[in-house]
Amino acid sequence: MTPEPVVSAKGISKTFGKRGVTALQDIDLEVRPGEFISLIGPSGCGKSTLLRVVGDLVEPSTGEILVNGKTAHRARLDRDYGIVFQAAVLYDWRTVTKNIALPLELLGWSRARRAERVGEMLKLVELEGFEKHYPWQLSGGMQQRVSIARALSFSPALLLMDEPFGALDEMTRERMNAELLRIWAETGSTVIFVTHSISEAVYLSTRVVVMSPRPGRITSVIPIELPQPRTFETREDPRFFELVTEVREALHAGGVE
Amino acid sequence: MSTIAPSASPLVERDATRKARQWGPALLVFGIGLATWQWLLPALGVERYLLPALSDVLEAFWDARTELLRGGWITFKEAFGGFVLGCSVAFVFALVLARWRPLGNALMPYMIAANAVPIVAFAPITNAWFGTLSPWSKVVIAAVLCFFPVLVNTLRGLTSVRPESLELMRSYAAPQRVVFQRVRIPNSLPFLFSALKIASVLAMIGAVVGDYFGGSTEALGVQIVSSVSVAQYERAWAAILVASLIGIAFYAVVALAERVVLSWHPAIRAGVE
Repeated sequence: MTPEPVVSAKGISKTFGKRGVTALQDIDLEVRPGEFISLIGPSGCGKSTLLRVVGDLVEPSTGEILVNGKTAHRARLDRDYGIVFQAAVLYDWRTVTKNIALPLELLGWSRARRAERVGEMLKLVELEGFEKHYPWQLSGGMQQRVSIARALSFSPALLLMDEPFGALDEMTRERMNAELLRIWAETGSTVIFVTHSISEAVYLSTRVVVMSPRPGRITSVIPIELPQPRTFETREDPRFFELVTEVREALHAGGVE
Repeated sequence: MSTIAPSASPLVERDATRKARQWGPALLVFGIGLATWQWLLPALGVERYLLPALSDVLEAFWDARTELLRGGWITFKEAFGGFVLGCSVAFVFALVLARWRPLGNALMPYMIAANAVPIVAFAPITNAWFGTLSPWSKVVIAAVLCFFPVLVNTLRGLTSVRPESLELMRSYAAPQRVVFQRVRIPNSLPFLFSALKIASVLAMIGAVVGDYFGGSTEALGVQIVSSVSVAQYERAWAAILVASLIGIAFYAVVALAERVVLSWHPAIRAGVE
């Protein structure tokens, strides 16, 4: 028996504005528990919109979307997912500790319980010793780690990530990729990850969903059966390069010039 | 203490020289300004009705210090009352307009237009409303002067929140009250304090100008007008000096409050270090 999908999208379309820009057309996607799914495609292909539809931050024009077997709206009200944006979106007036604790405050956790969880999260993202720092005192990579810790603090089963490492330099990005995989393995959560980097998508994912623009649609889904856990050697595996080529060709076949 | 002193002293010294370099030029200009006032202008034949010598102004202040300080206190109370009233009403207005945006969109053009109106022009009118001798006519002028910059700035602070910040709160299913408490109001504080500093200056202007159109004979603005009318220029300048010092002190207190409240703000931190 297959487990209940975490996300189940059927015939999702999204049209913006009066002139009817079609951001998404006929999206069917099922995400199973524990999967790491990357949405890849050029800008304008609707990958961020699709992520926001899953998070009930954008309402689809047509189609049905279920998250953990409930409507996306219900799932949002139940705080079923954590979200990480390209910018860290930390609150400047809150210390690292208080930024991570924000969702826990909203959930009404006691002070002691919050402090305990924040301690665990700081350890998970390796930011111990930075509790009292303000966001502007941290590097871009550290800020994004705080943002990930905040998204994971209330243990959502689903993590939505919208190009979280897009603004980081190549070195930091690779380190963050490795950390994300470690966190994913430790927490056993399901991840939907938006990126425009082919190698990042192949390195991280269990499946890569290739999208194309005008109108935004899914053109192919490529399973990445590279062995787990992925390490720095994974990037040198001949199979890794074959898969990178496969994703690149799928992107070109989808009409990316 | 004594064990750390040797290693700390070069740092302290460097800090002292840096401070001297930072403040030296400003202090020098201050000294030159005072010297010009005291000696250069009288030597150039500037008449006392244009600007009396500094020492004469200080003497006039000393002779009339009781009345001047009492007058300063009365006028400051008018200014402070107007400041508190105007700023708090403006803040509440900004919250309401930020919460119900269509209302804000409908009213904002008029608020911005009203901001351009020379409000002190209404001073004789408020005297007619509240009575010439009532402090309320001055409080209201000061309050109206404070109202618009605080409203416009605070509203900008409440609404200039990054879209992702709001999406994040939405992902937590946070109600509007929480979005205001946790995001919009903290985000508006740097804007609010900029406006409060402007308002502290405007409040003093409003109160003094309000006095010019009549008020308790003890009030500072009334003293300035009556001193000039009997050609006591030294006394008038002494009163202006008192008004200026009160204005500067008022501004400084607001700026200090800003530093304390916004201690997390990068610009404030950079300034302190």
